Amino acid sequence: MDPALDLPTLLDLARHFLTLSLLSIGGANAIIPEIHLRAVEIEHWMTDADFSEMFALSQAAPGPNVLIVSLIGWKAAGVAGALVAMLAMCAPSSVLTYHFVTVWDRFRAAPLRIAIQSALAPVTAGLIVASGYVLTRAIDQDWQAFAITGTTVFLALTTRLHPLWMLGAAAALGALQIV
Amino acid sequence: MDATTTPPAAPAVSTSELFTAFLKVGLSGFGGVLPFARRMLVEQRKWLTELEFNEVLSLSQFLPGPNIVNVTVIVGRRFQGVAGAVAATLGLMLMPMVIVLALAAVYAQFAQIAAVKSATHAVSAAAAGLIIAVGFRMARPLRRTPWQVGIAVVAFAAIGVARLPLLWVLAALAPLAVGVAWWTRR
Repeated sequence: MDPALDLPTLLDLARHFLTLSLLSIGGANAIIPEIHLRAVEIEHWMTDADFSEMFALSQAAPGPNVLIVSLIGWKAAGVAGALVAMLAMCAPSSVLTYHFVTVWDRFRAAPLRIAIQSALAPVTAGLIVASGYVLTRAIDQDWQAFAITGTTVFLALTTRLHPLWMLGAAAALGALQIV
Repeated sequence: MDATTTPPAAPAVSTSELFTAFLKVGLSGFGGVLPFARRMLVEQRKWLTELEFNEVLSLSQFLPGPNIVNVTVIVGRRFQGVAGAVAATLGLMLMPMVIVLALAAVYAQFAQIAAVKSATHAVSAAAAGLIIAVGFRMARPLRRTPWQVGIAVVAFAAIGVARLPLLWVLAALAPLAVGVAWWTRR
């Protein structure tokens, strides 16, 4: 164990993800910079390398992309950490959604809703590009990694190739230690 | 027809059906589960019409929280209330959690092997690229509206470059953006 690390208690994890749940406009991909800020830069739960490994595993497994939260919890505090982090991440927003459904039908045609939606669209887009940027800075320490990131962006935007092919190709290049 | 709240006459969906249907959805998706949820709900089981699904999805994207979890909560609630929402969400998350934690435990055993380490590193580089591409695709329809471009750039710079806490950025930027959207509405 790296002596510079400062592992969180389950309560720390719960507190962090309970708040983040209600801030996660744009879903799980939009909050990666905030998780990184807390887990690596401020609280030192893990290193940059640990964080990018957890990110890679979350993308390589089937399931919703919010799984990154359970892996951050796992890395910091084991299986209990994974459960606590995931529950804290999903509970507040789910309770809000559950109750908001009843007012939605009155609200959905309201001019204010339309204004909020067109206001949040660029916020979300900016946050998600920021997620990619923060990840790239944490992960890409050499030109080969930059080349993989750049090629993936290009292929994802210009082809209809399934993302799994790109992850698989990257894994193969990595395993053969070409990159 | 009220898409999100009114329980339809048919189909009647039980709590255990909700659990198993979302269990399969959870297992099917790599890099995003929503398309699979849509296929299950609209095409295979016909629990929602196309229109109803779009309505549920736009509500889920409007509210905070993982979009797929919000969709699951709304669908579970619609058929079985609190029990349905809990069963559907547990179904959705159970297998992915088990798999990803098993993967992490196995990874921890082999992480010292150079080939494993470099493969993981390469996968994370590619996955970061996928997320950048998602953001660009979301930004593309906004490019003709200058204030939306401005808000997106400020959000990116504040979070990505200045590394400001999300709470502050949203507290400042969201009311500003809503204000501009309200002002410029037609």
